[in-house]
Amino acid sequence: MRQPTLRRAVLSLVALLGVLPILAGLWQSLRASFGILPALGATTLSPAPWGQLMQLPGLTTSLALTLTTGLGATLIAFVLVVALCAARADRAPVPPRLLAPFLAAPHAAMAIGLAFLIAPSGWIARALAQVLGWSTPPLWITVNDPHGFALILGLVIKEVPFLLLVTLSALSQIPLRQSLITGRALGYGAGALWLKLVLPQIWPLIRLPLMVVLAYALSNVDMALILGPATPPTLAVLLARLFSDPDTAKLLPASAGAILQALLVLASFAALWATARLTGWAGRIWLRKGTRGPHSALGPLPALTATALLALGALSMAALLVWSLAWRWPFPRLAPESWSLSAWDTSTAPLTTTLLLALTTTLLSTLLAVAWLEGEDRARRRTPWAEALIYLPLLVPQISFLYGLNILFLRIGISGGMGAVIWAQTLFVFPYVMLTLSAPWRALDPRLTRTAAALGAGPWRQLIAVKLPALLRPLLTAAAIGVAVSVAQYLPTLFMGAGRIATLTTEAVTLASGSDRRITGATATLQAALPLLAYLIAFALPALVHRNRRALNGGHTAWA
Amino acid sequence: MRLPFAATALALTLSATPALADWSETLAAARGQTVYFNAWGGDARTNAFIDWVGQQTEARFGVSVQQVKLSDTAEAVTRVLSEKAAGQDSDGSVDLIWINGPNFLAMKAQGLLHGPFVSDLPNARYLDLTTGSAATTDFTVPVEGMESPWRLAKFVFVTDSARVTTPPTSMAAFADWAAAHPGRMTHPDASNFMGATFLKQALVELAPDPSALQAPVTDATYATQTAPLWDWYETLRPNLWRQGTAFPENQSVQQQMLNDAEIDIAMSFDPASTAAAIDQGLLPDTARVFVPEGGTIGNVSFVAIPYNAAHSAGAEVVANFLLAPETQAHMQNIEVLGSFSVLDPAKLDDTARAAFDALPSAPALPTLADLGPTLLEPHPSWTTRLTEDWARRITR
Repeated sequence: MRQPTLRRAVLSLVALLGVLPILAGLWQSLRASFGILPALGATTLSPAPWGQLMQLPGLTTSLALTLTTGLGATLIAFVLVVALCAARADRAPVPPRLLAPFLAAPHAAMAIGLAFLIAPSGWIARALAQVLGWSTPPLWITVNDPHGFALILGLVIKEVPFLLLVTLSALSQIPLRQSLITGRALGYGAGALWLKLVLPQIWPLIRLPLMVVLAYALSNVDMALILGPATPPTLAVLLARLFSDPDTAKLLPASAGAILQALLVLASFAALWATARLTGWAGRIWLRKGTRGPHSALGPLPALTATALLALGALSMAALLVWSLAWRWPFPRLAPESWSLSAWDTSTAPLTTTLLLALTTTLLSTLLAVAWLEGEDRARRRTPWAEALIYLPLLVPQISFLYGLNILFLRIGISGGMGAVIWAQTLFVFPYVMLTLSAPWRALDPRLTRTAAALGAGPWRQLIAVKLPALLRPLLTAAAIGVAVSVAQYLPTLFMGAGRIATLTTEAVTLASGSDRRITGATATLQAALPLLAYLIAFALPALVHRNRRALNGGHTAWA
Repeated sequence: MRLPFAATALALTLSATPALADWSETLAAARGQTVYFNAWGGDARTNAFIDWVGQQTEARFGVSVQQVKLSDTAEAVTRVLSEKAAGQDSDGSVDLIWINGPNFLAMKAQGLLHGPFVSDLPNARYLDLTTGSAATTDFTVPVEGMESPWRLAKFVFVTDSARVTTPPTSMAAFADWAAAHPGRMTHPDASNFMGATFLKQALVELAPDPSALQAPVTDATYATQTAPLWDWYETLRPNLWRQGTAFPENQSVQQQMLNDAEIDIAMSFDPASTAAAIDQGLLPDTARVFVPEGGTIGNVSFVAIPYNAAHSAGAEVVANFLLAPETQAHMQNIEVLGSFSVLDPAKLDDTARAAFDALPSAPALPTLADLGPTLLEPHPSWTTRLTEDWARRITR
């Protein structure tokens, strides 16, 4: 029996509260990019803002930088993850548990830590100074280097764990063992086997997360601001500056830039699609030729690279913690000269607000995701076009629609309150929760619900008594990701909260514009600790609840 | 019975004074309001001072203050503008903004400000409000009562006296100093107000006719007045940190670089900030302030109220409290904020003057005499042209 009611209700809700605001925001930006922004008294349709945008000094360099850092970081992260998995095809290359801290750490916090690590006066240089006897920092060009290498490094450190986790999840959804056994029996070498048999199977499952990574790498503001080049910066940073220019007329070219940013991301998606198509076509020829490839494994290079990256990430987080406990820490000392807890002696209001927002948006998003997936089960059909829409907030650059969206929120009179921030954050939390939960949900053994139905349980009882308990681990993992995403939101919290809603992230970014690394360290540590706590609960609670349910506790879900 | 009559007459006269009558109405309307004070939040001491102001106004007038910490003042301008875009002409989210210069000009020109209100404030009597005085002009733009002053800003350089014993004594001398110490100095990006001020400071010293800078810029005056500046800058730039191809985001990042010993010279718009930073462990004990012999650019920081502020009465009460002599003396205390007062010393009574005289000092805190003369800010249009020109020269 098909029951489409729930599915229809959830679909309309997502369309009304999720898709419409983004389209409205984009529409406002588009209008402004052609000279229509009544608040400024601009009411004549004209392409002049585009002309002003093109005249900005360094725009071409800026665009080139955006493309090289965004595409470069995504490509490196993807190749590394594929190489890691291919090198150790039959088991997880890194225990997923170890990845949690890297997923939990917000981008801005990681960037601040990394900036200290690699700066000419940073930890690495201080270690060298001990040996080489430097008394002043070397003239290195590391952070904010003109080619954006530091930014690429930061993005790769942050995206590799995410892509790795997604790939491991995808691997758990395909008949991996059978593929490997068949491949080996046919005499394929490890690398060739992975590329020929495994990658084509998981590609449809990891394509969307890869697009999310690509969109983020091309349009992020926080990491690019801290690690990226400055004269000129990447397009997103250039736009963030234009949007906050005292000359309000700059809002028009800024809006044109916002549309350009969206087009840039769209073009990159098209390029990704075309590359995938071409590779698939060429790969089929390669496959038919039947070459078995070398038998030797890929060697230790991928694992070494990944370990080095994770070590840099871990040191970055450690640097933040040490700074938060320091009083004076001058160059070239490896450890602070004097210690103090004063950085931790701050108001607890941002912490409370952050917690409240994280719990509310995560609860809403998880409920909505369960409703969506359950609606799908009951209607016995999936709606690919609607699924694509869920991910719209992750694929459209934030800066392209947030300004317009704020005007919309003001019109309906909800800007500046908790409600507006919860709504805006949920736009971003929900897709991540869906991304995490949908695969294990759909992979749930259908015999469980069939048995329940045969025993006379109705749809609600099947959901509450069978599905949700069996899916406790993925549900909690999705919720933990939700918490991490909510905690990390900067632009939506700032724009929709009219600056009045202070969270750990808005505080951390504001403080990063000040000079006190110690307070920044304390805030960023807290900012990373909250999601980490959520991950710990997500790992510990199912282990406790299911301590005598081996099948639910033994790693059968993607995230075990 | 002459005396009671005189007292009654005096009381009648007082209540008949419109400003004071209005003020008691303002105080009544303000009671119970929460003022959202939008102020740059990058300085922990300023944040703590604003917190103190809120406690005082809460206790005295029943007006509480909530600081909205901005990373850039233009955020508040954009917010008011988007409220106007959405037709929200009352009950706006911004009640009071710490503002000056180009942001003030933008809001004034767009009609985004409430006022004039300064002459309604009882404590405005301690200000020198004669035309052309520092409290009535903001970057040469007439204030016309649309914003109320609260602290003095004066451009200063900071160095570590343990590494630099003879800092440059004029802007021209910076080029020689940098040639002798390549890579050891820089300035914030000119899109930041501190970077722009560094260029303006050099412009004021190097321009053939500094008085031309007080009028709006024209193509002709720009060409003649800035030619020596750019010659000087092209000599200086190759010897800047990273050969002048990259610049710190703002003065706070620059201060951190000084603390990290990556550079030897930083800058600030607050002469007391160095002593404060030493006190907080953010600079070495040997950090000192210095200024070129000809003096430096100074300006006044103001607070303004947006046209659609939800709590304009409360905002006026806070603006007035900021001008009270005891508030200004508390603010000038190096242990609190150390910012110089905006009040006219000649208009203070003896108790107020004594309060200022009794303030403590610190080794890194300069006296007013150390700071030399205060030079006038050029008209804002010069800033815009300078920073655009700079961006064009710097950008690859």
